[in-house]
Amino acid sequence: MQFKRTRQGYADALIELARANPRILVLDSDVAKATKTCDFAEVLPDRFFNCGVQEGNMMSVAAGLAIEGFIPFATTFAMFASTRAADQVRNSIAYPKVNVKIGATHGGISTGGDGASHQCNEDIAIMRSFPNMTVLVPGDYEEARLATCAAAAWKGPVYLRFGRGQYPVMEEIHGGFEIGKAKLLRPGNDLAIVSTGIMVSEALAAATELEKQGVAARVIHMPTVKPLDGDVLLAAARETRGIVTAEEHSIIGGLGEAVAAFVAQTHPAFVRRVGVHDVFGESGRADELLTLYGLRAANIVEQALQILDTAVAV
Amino acid sequence: MVDDKTVRALEAKAVEIRRSILNMVYRANSGHVGGSLGATDLVVALYYHLLRHDPRNPKWPDRDRFILSKGHCSPVIYAVLADCGYFPVTDLETFRRPGSHLQGHPFAPKTPGIEASTGTLGLGISTGLGMALAAKLRGEPQRYYILCGDGEIQEGQAWEAAMFASKYRLDKVIAFVDRNYLQTDGNTEDIMPLEPLAAKWEAFGWRTFEIDGHDFRQIIAAVECARALQGKPTMIVARTVKGRGVSFMENEVAWHGTPPSPEQYERAIEELSRAI
Repeated sequence: MQFKRTRQGYADALIELARANPRILVLDSDVAKATKTCDFAEVLPDRFFNCGVQEGNMMSVAAGLAIEGFIPFATTFAMFASTRAADQVRNSIAYPKVNVKIGATHGGISTGGDGASHQCNEDIAIMRSFPNMTVLVPGDYEEARLATCAAAAWKGPVYLRFGRGQYPVMEEIHGGFEIGKAKLLRPGNDLAIVSTGIMVSEALAAATELEKQGVAARVIHMPTVKPLDGDVLLAAARETRGIVTAEEHSIIGGLGEAVAAFVAQTHPAFVRRVGVHDVFGESGRADELLTLYGLRAANIVEQALQILDTAVAV
Repeated sequence: MVDDKTVRALEAKAVEIRRSILNMVYRANSGHVGGSLGATDLVVALYYHLLRHDPRNPKWPDRDRFILSKGHCSPVIYAVLADCGYFPVTDLETFRRPGSHLQGHPFAPKTPGIEASTGTLGLGISTGLGMALAAKLRGEPQRYYILCGDGEIQEGQAWEAAMFASKYRLDKVIAFVDRNYLQTDGNTEDIMPLEPLAAKWEAFGWRTFEIDGHDFRQIIAAVECARALQGKPTMIVARTVKGRGVSFMENEVAWHGTPPSPEQYERAIEELSRAI
């Protein structure tokens, strides 16, 4: 299996986009080496603005650039974009619906050694609660690249979430990206696994494991957390015995809650959530933490089997 | 330089705008009357003398931009924009009402002439700088006038913005601090001291002027001087009186966000009528 960085997909796409469109600008907040926008700064220095350690100011400045017709990509860590600069993102960007793209790297527990202060497991919840905000969580390098291009073409605010680590390259999710559209990766009518971001590889591994146990799991990759792909979810709720969601994020407010709320109102179905269970993380290697905090295929399998047990009992 | 006749016309216009502010806040029974009255002369000087703008063409690309970073003083900008013809004066009757384009704090997508949405303090300064940076990248001629509150300057973001404007040499930015020494809970120097305010902006790389924010000659002279200089953003610290023009509201912190009673409203309008 090949591994690549999702944040590199973002940075590579920015160069590509900016060469074709003079309105594209990149802002960073003194983390360009980590977000990889340093590559952009090297190639297109006049279109790159390092705002220093000023995430709040950066977001409002980006809003001003967008008001005057530019398409700024304001870049920082997920923690700073969503919690430190929540006010600016809400009031300068989301409320007036200005055309700012927020590139947030180091999302989720796989941020690793920096510990809980830098492992943002709340950003999807915060961002999807803002009206006018579109939330994209691509699953690998190539999808990160495609999502960044799609965000540039989208009119209005977009929050793009990437990880820090090297994540499996998943051929299954390549070939296109449409905001608001899920990708059906594997058919199956016993239950559905709906994943976002890097959890796609665990979701597919879980489906393989379930198959060995005679369970046909449908795998749906949902790189757009907002707006949700309702058609795909409704079909999953109707045609299977329940849904397991998987996200590298708190089970509060993220994909799992979005899916649960959607099916509760359209076609009630069992939903079980794999994610970080309302705790802060700690320092460790990404692979250790993903296991320690229950974000593995085995955790998805466990929840899937519980759904099947419950569904039978009912 | 500005002649006596121009100054008298601006003074008369300011009285009209103050009446309009009082009417708006009284009718809505809600809104920030004290700061709006205090900032009136600055906004009047800009819209009726200093700004290049065309109410018939609110999106004219070369227009100067005005950003009310102290967004709670929306009544003053709404009164001025309506009077200039950006939207019907009767719209002012809908201020803070459901369905109105005149939100409690300025919302650019809805209101013609409003350049940036503001409200939570500190954000409008940065947004104005982003707009000015855009113009600089394109080599456009327009200027960016930003009005901040003095309480607002306590926000850390104001100083982030101060560094940013200086770094990018945004010399088309001419900002004002509406220095009335009052904020919601009391005197700024008791709540969180700002002085020496001009020296702080100087230290952050801005050119500063300190003026009487009710003296049209001083306002105009400072802006004209700022326009002539290059290489740095400008901050004009304009000393003002919160509640200016209505005797019982002047320098009274209680009039930050309280609408007048019917009796107070009558008295205020009467005082302003005498001023004309």
